[in-house]
Amino acid sequence: MTEAAVSIRCDDVRFRYAPGAAEMRFDCAFQAGEMTALVGPSGSGKSTLVSLIAGFETPHAGAIRFGDRDMTRVPVSERPVSMVFQDNNLFAHLRVFENVALGVSPSLRLTAQDRATVEAALEAVGLAGYGARRPAELSGGERQRVALARVIVRRKPVLLLDEAFASLGPALRVEMLDLLASIHEDRAMTTIMVTHFPEDARRIAARTVFLADGATMAEGPTDTLLDPDVAPEAVRAYLGQSDRRPA
Amino acid sequence: MHRLLICLLSATALVGLSRAALAEGTLTVYTYESFTAEWGPGPQVEKAFEAECGCDLEFVSVADGVALLNRLRLEGGRTDADIVLGLDTNLTAEAKDSGFFAPHGLSDVSVDVPGGWSDEFFLPFDYGYFAVIYDTQAIDTPPDSMEAFLNGDYGKIAIQDPRTSTPGLGLMLWIKTLYGDDAPAAYEKLKDRVLTVTPGWSESYGLFTAGEAPMVFSYTTSPAYHMIAEDTDRYQAAAFSEGHYMQIEVAGMTTKGADNPLAAQFLAFMLSPAFQDVIPETNWMLPAAPTSEPLDPVFGKLVQPAEPLLFAPEAVAENRKAWVDEWLQAMSR
Amino acid sequence: MAIGRIAWVPVLFLAALAAGAFLPLAIMALPGAGGEIAEALGDPVVWRSLRFTLVQALLSTGLSLGFAIPVAVALHEMRDFPGRGLVLRLFVLPLALPQIVAVLAIVGLYGERGALSRLVESAGVDFPSIYGLAGILLAHVFFNMPLAVRVALGGLSSMPAEYDRLAHQLGMGFAARFRHVLWPFMRPALMSAASLIFMLCVTSFTVVLTLGGGPRATTLEVAIYQALTFDFDIARAVLLALVQVAVTAFAFAMLTRAGGEVSAGLTLGAMRPFATRRNAIAGIVAMLVIVVGTVFVAAPFVVVFWRGLAADLSGLAAQASVRSALATSLVLGALAAVLAVGLALTLALGMARAAAQRGFTGTPSASERLLGQASSLILVVPPVVIAAGWFVSIRRFGDVYGAAPIMVATINAAMAVPFAFRLLAPSASSMMERYDRLCRQLAISGFARLRLVTWPLLRRALLLALAFSLALSLGDLGVIAIFGSQDVQTLPYLILQRMGSYRTQDAAGLALILCLMTMALMMFADRTGVGSAEARTS
Repeated sequence: MTEAAVSIRCDDVRFRYAPGAAEMRFDCAFQAGEMTALVGPSGSGKSTLVSLIAGFETPHAGAIRFGDRDMTRVPVSERPVSMVFQDNNLFAHLRVFENVALGVSPSLRLTAQDRATVEAALEAVGLAGYGARRPAELSGGERQRVALARVIVRRKPVLLLDEAFASLGPALRVEMLDLLASIHEDRAMTTIMVTHFPEDARRIAARTVFLADGATMAEGPTDTLLDPDVAPEAVRAYLGQSDRRPA
Repeated sequence: MHRLLICLLSATALVGLSRAALAEGTLTVYTYESFTAEWGPGPQVEKAFEAECGCDLEFVSVADGVALLNRLRLEGGRTDADIVLGLDTNLTAEAKDSGFFAPHGLSDVSVDVPGGWSDEFFLPFDYGYFAVIYDTQAIDTPPDSMEAFLNGDYGKIAIQDPRTSTPGLGLMLWIKTLYGDDAPAAYEKLKDRVLTVTPGWSESYGLFTAGEAPMVFSYTTSPAYHMIAEDTDRYQAAAFSEGHYMQIEVAGMTTKGADNPLAAQFLAFMLSPAFQDVIPETNWMLPAAPTSEPLDPVFGKLVQPAEPLLFAPEAVAENRKAWVDEWLQAMSR
Repeated sequence: MAIGRIAWVPVLFLAALAAGAFLPLAIMALPGAGGEIAEALGDPVVWRSLRFTLVQALLSTGLSLGFAIPVAVALHEMRDFPGRGLVLRLFVLPLALPQIVAVLAIVGLYGERGALSRLVESAGVDFPSIYGLAGILLAHVFFNMPLAVRVALGGLSSMPAEYDRLAHQLGMGFAARFRHVLWPFMRPALMSAASLIFMLCVTSFTVVLTLGGGPRATTLEVAIYQALTFDFDIARAVLLALVQVAVTAFAFAMLTRAGGEVSAGLTLGAMRPFATRRNAIAGIVAMLVIVVGTVFVAAPFVVVFWRGLAADLSGLAAQASVRSALATSLVLGALAAVLAVGLALTLALGMARAAAQRGFTGTPSASERLLGQASSLILVVPPVVIAAGWFVSIRRFGDVYGAAPIMVATINAAMAVPFAFRLLAPSASSMMERYDRLCRQLAISGFARLRLVTWPLLRRALLLALAFSLALSLGDLGVIAIFGSQDVQTLPYLILQRMGSYRTQDAAGLALILCLMTMALMMFADRTGVGSAEARTS
């Protein structure tokens, strides 16, 4: 079973990439078991924020909490997190089956039970029978499905997606979002999804955090935060005219 | 970097030009490169001869004596050299056979090398004796004969490979002349005395002065350098009762040089005090003709071999390959 | 044609250099060579040398790689420790040291009276003699282990950053991470390093003879040298040189079949480190491996410094011969480096284009493999043979004295190409992968492409390759000693000259100067290269 979902809080987290670089500030909260979208212009710090939550970067001030536990200095491998990147989620020299199985056993020592789990996950993402293939033989969408299959078998309470579907076409992206929504519904992971498509957020994320200039600017239910009619000025500027909802 | 490059290229061009311009009064001498080093005999010899002849003496240096002969062979008879200076008696027979050399034609010369000298092609300019040099801080009683050295345990020695080095060849010939057909057995004893066999003299002497080996194969004159230049008598040569093998360094006139009157003049100059005075403390060898003044007293303290040993050049030319193979066989066992 | 025609230019250049050496010698030796060939092939000494050459080269390669793997992995794991850049720079230096200087330094540590041997013996433990196979292997590991580490790290730096992150997030243990993540990227790089190291060891001369302890330790290179010098037996020299090239080519073919791409290279990987909690023991082990590896590589340099500082350095620097040798070394080295990097870049871009045409997947074609390997084979053509052959040709048609500097620079450049190529290949390939289509679509080509795309992207790699080639040429002795006249004296030449006339102190001082110059070069290359576009994006 997936561990019980946890809430995530970033309390006045400060971070900069290099000593002279601009300081970024993140102050936000993510509800347990909920799906939250991170939106904002490019360079606003969306990817940095998920890297901080995953532990790939370390804040120099502030705290990141999973539930009651302070995760600020906990190393990557000890955080209950799964992550899907835009690219390179699969080891190109390993087969699809092994790539998913790494989520069950990082040393690929598998029991018969484990193998069944992996096969089931592949089936759940619509890739039954693809186990023997190499990542190079898959399409972009299929590769991300494999990554999601690994998320399923890992059973971690937190899922981070960093522009995971950005390079896919619109129809495929919608398909993948729906797959993600169904996995989320099934597992109720605290899910944080970085995207630069507001409609992605509207489609599956209950809440949205808006970032700009390396800082969290606003957060709230997606419906209101991304509604051009009621959104704060900065969000409206980001959404622009073209994204106005039909009245 | 461009400027430097241009400087270098134009410098090369200038050398070429000056060579052409002065071709009338120029003598070209091929020699080995330690002869022309700043501290070698070359600079003083050049100055003295140019003053005497009013001509231009041009040195072209290659790595060592062996390379000298090979240079001529690679040039295939179309050489720039008038004089080749720095072959030794191990090479003279082959050099003669090559046909690149002309008889020197000098009769009235005051050559003074042990065993006497008569050769119509080559004249000696210095000589030396090979010897085992030891570190007095490591060895109190050095071996007093080749026999004692081969059989006793005085510590390890660094020697040179006869396939790649002139002193290395010298040691092999020394043992060969003493032991004849029994040489392989002697080499096998030598093998146990040896710390390592280096490709050249520099490596083994470097090991010796670094304290790595208490003995090294070199020349009886090596201690003179340390006594005169470094003021230490720490390193000494061991006198061997059977006598010491010699190296006689010679110069000869090429067939091209036979047409250049300066060539014969240089050979005569070579055996005059003006040249010979320079040799002992620059080339660290013994003069092959009278000097104007007695040598530094240090040279009197050096080992004076009981008997000079030397194979005839023809014998070396004929057998060297077989003898080296024999050495190789015994030492590789 | 799968490979741009231009990529064949460097290969043809190197082939012409070798052929230009072999042909005139072969013609010179032709009369009556039949008997010579039969004699040489029947000579047990030749076969024994060949066997020893291969055995020591294989062992040296194996050990260098064996020690390089833990050091490279430890350096990869400890990406955040402060001295890492310094260690990586140190690891470029050994190959730039003239062999004789390195050998005497190694003896100063591990020899009969070496610092370490005495330390061990004062503790009552017997220190084994280094004269023999052990010493040869020790010296070869000193020269080549650092090279293999750099190449392996180069391979690891071509790994997508996500892999490392994923591996840690998935909680892979060290063994699993090594097997599934690190090794697949290290393996092709190590294969590439193996071919280089094997060649360097096949042609080893000073190390083998000096530390070998006796003529039992004899490489084919010694036999070639003997044939061409004391024996002046050209037919035999040419024949043995050809045997050496053929045997190495065969060994390569076997290596390629054993798996591994050739194109892997050496780079300074700059991946953003992140906090991973190593268990304390793993961290200590990794640091220990790094420290041991670094001390092993650094110690001989300490000896060089120690001995060099005892010399009269200011007196040396004031000598005209030293100054002119410095200038000559730098000019010839710079010429060689520019030529080497030009050739290597052409080769690397050609290979990258070929890889692009197969979409960077699948296995490299035969012509790609040929390009990668053939260019390296120049390393096993003995410089004595090249120098002698070209001397004969130039003598016939031109001015040997004028040609000497050019020949020295050209031969040194040729010898540096395999290294420069390995430094450039990874960046060239990733550049091609990212921007080739874009450039072609925008019709950016020729010099504009070189200036606007290639240079900014490859600056770091190019500068590193330049510095490394320059360092290699600075340390070279072989070519100059054979071809040089007194007009062309370089620093290593001067070192050997002083050693050859009792001036050990001077030689030590000059070795120190050479070391300092090389270090300064590597520092410079690293510093100026840091701002390159490639470094910024990674």
